[in-house]
Amino acid sequence: MMRVLPNQRQPAAVRSEGAFNLGPPGQIPIGEAREFDLPGQRVAVYHARDGRLYATQASCPHLGGKLADGVVGGAVVICPLHGYRYDLRDGRVLNGACDRLRTFPVWLSTGGDVMVQLEV
Amino acid sequence: MTKQRLVVVGNGMAGARTVEEIVERGGMERYDVTIFGEEPYGNYNRILLSEVLSGSHDPQAIFINALDWYAERGITLHAGVPADNIDRADRVVRGGLVHEPYDVLILATGSRPLVPRLDGLHRADGKWKQGVFVFRSLDDCSRIAGYAKGRARAAVIGGGLLGLEAARGLLTHLPEVHVIQRESTIMNLQLDSRAGRMLQTTLQDMGIQVHTGTATTAMLGREKVSGLQFESGEILDCDMVVMACGILPNVQLARDAGLAVERGIVVDDQMRCVDDPNVYAVGECAQHRGQVYGLVAPLWEQARVLAEHLSEANPAATYEGSRLYTRLKVMGVDLATMGAKDSDDPEDEVILYSEPSRGVYQKLIVRDNQLAGAILLGDTAAASSLVQLFDRGTPLPQRRADLLFPSGATPAVTAPEQLPDDVQVCNCNGVSKGTIVASVKSGKRSLSAVCAATRAGTGCGSCKDLVRRITEWASDGQLEEDVTAHYYVPGVPLAKPELIAAIKELGLRSVSAVFGALTGGLEDAGSKTGLASLLKTIWGAEYEDERDARFINDRVHANVQKDSTFSVVPRIYGGVTSSAQLRRIADVADKYNVRMVKITGGQRIDLLGIAKEDLPGAWQDLDMPSGHAYTKAFRTCKTCVGTDFCRYGLGDSTALGIAIEKRFQGIEAPHKMKLAATGCPRNCAEATTKDLGAIAIEGGRWELYIGGAAGSTVRKGDLLCTVDSHDDVLRFMGRFMQYYREQAKYLERTYSFVERIGIERLRQALVEDRESICQRLDAEIEAAVRAYEDPWREGRAPLHRHQFVSTLPAGDAGERLAAVSA
Ligand code: SRM
Ligand SMILES: Cc1cc2nc3c(=O)[nH]c(=O)nc-3n(C[C@H](O)[C@H](O)[C@H](O)COP(=O)(O)OP(=O)(O)OC[C@H]3O[C@@H](n4cnc5c(N)ncnc54)[C@H](O)[C@@H]3O)c2cc1C
Ligand code: SF4
Ligand code: FES
Repeated sequence: MMRVLPNQRQPAAVRSEGAFNLGPPGQIPIGEAREFDLPGQRVAVYHARDGRLYATQASCPHLGGKLADGVVGGAVVICPLHGYRYDLRDGRVLNGACDRLRTFPVWLSTGGDVMVQLEV
Repeated sequence: MTKQRLVVVGNGMAGARTVEEIVERGGMERYDVTIFGEEPYGNYNRILLSEVLSGSHDPQAIFINALDWYAERGITLHAGVPADNIDRADRVVRGGLVHEPYDVLILATGSRPLVPRLDGLHRADGKWKQGVFVFRSLDDCSRIAGYAKGRARAAVIGGGLLGLEAARGLLTHLPEVHVIQRESTIMNLQLDSRAGRMLQTTLQDMGIQVHTGTATTAMLGREKVSGLQFESGEILDCDMVVMACGILPNVQLARDAGLAVERGIVVDDQMRCVDDPNVYAVGECAQHRGQVYGLVAPLWEQARVLAEHLSEANPAATYEGSRLYTRLKVMGVDLATMGAKDSDDPEDEVILYSEPSRGVYQKLIVRDNQLAGAILLGDTAAASSLVQLFDRGTPLPQRRADLLFPSGATPAVTAPEQLPDDVQVCNCNGVSKGTIVASVKSGKRSLSAVCAATRAGTGCGSCKDLVRRITEWASDGQLEEDVTAHYYVPGVPLAKPELIAAIKELGLRSVSAVFGALTGGLEDAGSKTGLASLLKTIWGAEYEDERDARFINDRVHANVQKDSTFSVVPRIYGGVTSSAQLRRIADVADKYNVRMVKITGGQRIDLLGIAKEDLPGAWQDLDMPSGHAYTKAFRTCKTCVGTDFCRYGLGDSTALGIAIEKRFQGIEAPHKMKLAATGCPRNCAEATTKDLGAIAIEGGRWELYIGGAAGSTVRKGDLLCTVDSHDDVLRFMGRFMQYYREQAKYLERTYSFVERIGIERLRQALVEDRESICQRLDAEIEAAVRAYEDPWREGRAPLHRHQFVSTLPAGDAGERLAAVSA
């Protein structure tokens, strides 16, 4: 059985337009990430080994690498193309200078599905 | 827990550094820290005083910690207050009106200049004559510079490191500078007499007049110094004198307190005084295992050990002594020395290279195949690599000349100081020398910190050596050794042998198990792929594969491209294909809209631009095994046409190449392995510059080369052995591969590995079987060969239904994907 620790609780004010249900977390292999094509926006959702979930913009601010193909460890993703590392909690780059990733609130619904709140 | 009172006497390089290291390790939770500093400043970099004197550094620029650094951390600094007395019974340090009780005391009082006994040094009132100086502190430095203004001639007594740096500094203030050296050559502690004489010529060309074999007996002049008198009776008129005759550890305070003092304050491997467990000594005032040091590198090490111990970050940390490396910081002179300068042991090998017209003199002393000493004058390009060999006692390459002139015909390396600031050092990430230097100046203290901050050296890695040399130079010898450099992966604090032992002992079969057991569950993204590679080699079939520990290439068995599509390189054994195979490849190219079909540099065909979703289909249609062009594993074996067609062919290189590729396909290793088999010494398949290469020679025999390279590094492989048959080629190749798999560091190509181990030792182990491991190596590689499975079969049965999915469309997340109403 997969253990899921929602790291962020549902934002106090969920604006109904921006919240999406992405289905069960098991869609994303444990320790990996997948990209979701949401209306108007691609989002990378990370399923860390400790069960925590994170969501960020899908492409790397450096040269557009697909972050969902990166290596995830703890709360860090390493971009597959040139190895920039980002802190998934706040999107900060950890090596070199690069723009901050946009991050999105993510949590589990009462039914156990992954929920993400986009900016609207 | 109530805090303990930690008192430090001496706010110089060692004292302040120890406190810094304690702070970094969270030690402020444990201690209230108080420092006595005789000098009325924060802490500055003493070794840069030479630069301050020569005007190339501003005094402000050499401060490491200004006064507010102490205040911000809640550290009490009594600046300008020397400690006068230690009462060990009551555990109190007194300095003037200040009384500081301690639980733990650190003595870091450094050294004071040794003042030679000279007639006429003092005036009638007992003070030194005007114009006489020593060179130790910032105040000395400004007094010397101030006095020199408008004067004509200075003399420096002492032709050692410090005297020469002082002389060079004085030359910027005065027209004429003399160095008086009692011994027959200068820098006699570090240089043999030939090098000493050569350096003397270089300095004289710069305008410094050197008098060797000249003992000073008296200072002339009434109130002010007006000249020096020598043993020979000769006199040198001068307006000022700087005495640089050596240093003496500052131990009076400790001696008065009844601590064991010989040349320095006697300490154990934790820097603890041998007769008082609450008192420690660090830096030039300490005597460790009979040795007193006068350079900063050892005291960095001491400070680190002491901090680990006192902060309890690692109470078992020990200092085991340092090996000495010296660099002269005189503008326009390149000089580096380490270890012994002369050899009196006939067993030693002495390697000499001298080019007097350019002022170049290089000497290496080799003892038991290790570097025992080196002098590099006039050209220090090899210094940083030699220091490493010296420091670690690494076995040396057989061709000793390679130590000074690396083979591979790389153009002579330029010294960092000669490079302009805007020169691009890292050609992958576009990082200039100026950026690296700025990063060091902003406080990055280790090579890995500089690389992480600037990204220099993080691309192909071929500039790493230059980055290291620039970093070393910019940090003026203050570079910290990267502890992580010895770790197998940065996130698990163990070197490869210890890590392997722990993994085996605890039976850790997956990457997450390693983190669980060895880092308290702390998962480090940058360590996962390295651990996966190691575990696979250790456990073979018992390895518990976790896909998230693999790089994307290894998760989908293809090479990621800049647009996030993938390239597919099927295996074409020995580069031999057929019309049917080519037709299939062409069909796949059409069906999956391949953007480019390319003959690779590795003698096969690359289909570029395939979407992740299409990989399983493309593999199935190709019906060819994976070429492993994406992973750290056996890649290809290039061949030439050989005996069947070529008029010169001596051995059937094509058949051998195919056999090699069939046998070793997919064998994983710390890095990729590229091979070649070539039919005669004309070497059309370039076997001498491959990780492993076989060359047919007359008489039905094959030469086997290992450790060759022609990528970012160029290296001719070393001949491992000459054998009689294809089977033997396969046998020795497999043996070397297994040895490399077991012994190499992660991402260490064979060209570095073979160089590091040395071909002689490899031959002894793999050909002569001196370690009795050959049978085992042969069996292990055989098992690995048998375990091979074509990873492309996974296309038919993915491990996870989304293994080959790149983007989940909105719909795929389930019909449940919908705007949620709160
Ligand atoms: C496709 C190919 C270029 C080509 O169009 O011919 C190629 C493409 C890449 N090489 Fe190469 N190398 C290719 C032949 C070579 C060769 C020549 C050879 O194999 O005979 C060399 C010099 C020999 C060697 O390996 O040292 C070579 C030296 C490198 C290096 C430098 C390695 C070194 O330590 O010196 C790298 C970087 C690395 O490994 O870290 C590299 C890395 C790469 C990567 C994998 C970069 C990457 O990580 O994405 C490129 C992948 C492109 C792609 O997506 O397919 N490639 N590369 C060649 C594939 C050969 C094959 O069939 O497998
Ligand atoms: C001009 C110059 C150039 C140098 N160049 C190099 C170089 O290139 N490479 C290299 O490795 N080394 C070099 N050195 C040597 C290096 O500076 C020393 O090895 C290093 O400073 C020793 O550190 P320490 O903390 O033991 O002593 P110091 O740095 O001398 O610190 C000791 C401090 O303790 C204070 N002190 C002493 N007694 C008391 C007391 N009773 N109460 C309070 N405070 C006290 C002193 O005032 C001093 O500030 C150079 C030295 C000089 C002077
Ligand atoms: S194929 Fe090789 S040489 Fe060409 S750009 Fe890529 S890594 Fe560089
Ligand atoms: S695109 Fe992500 S690091 Fe370059």
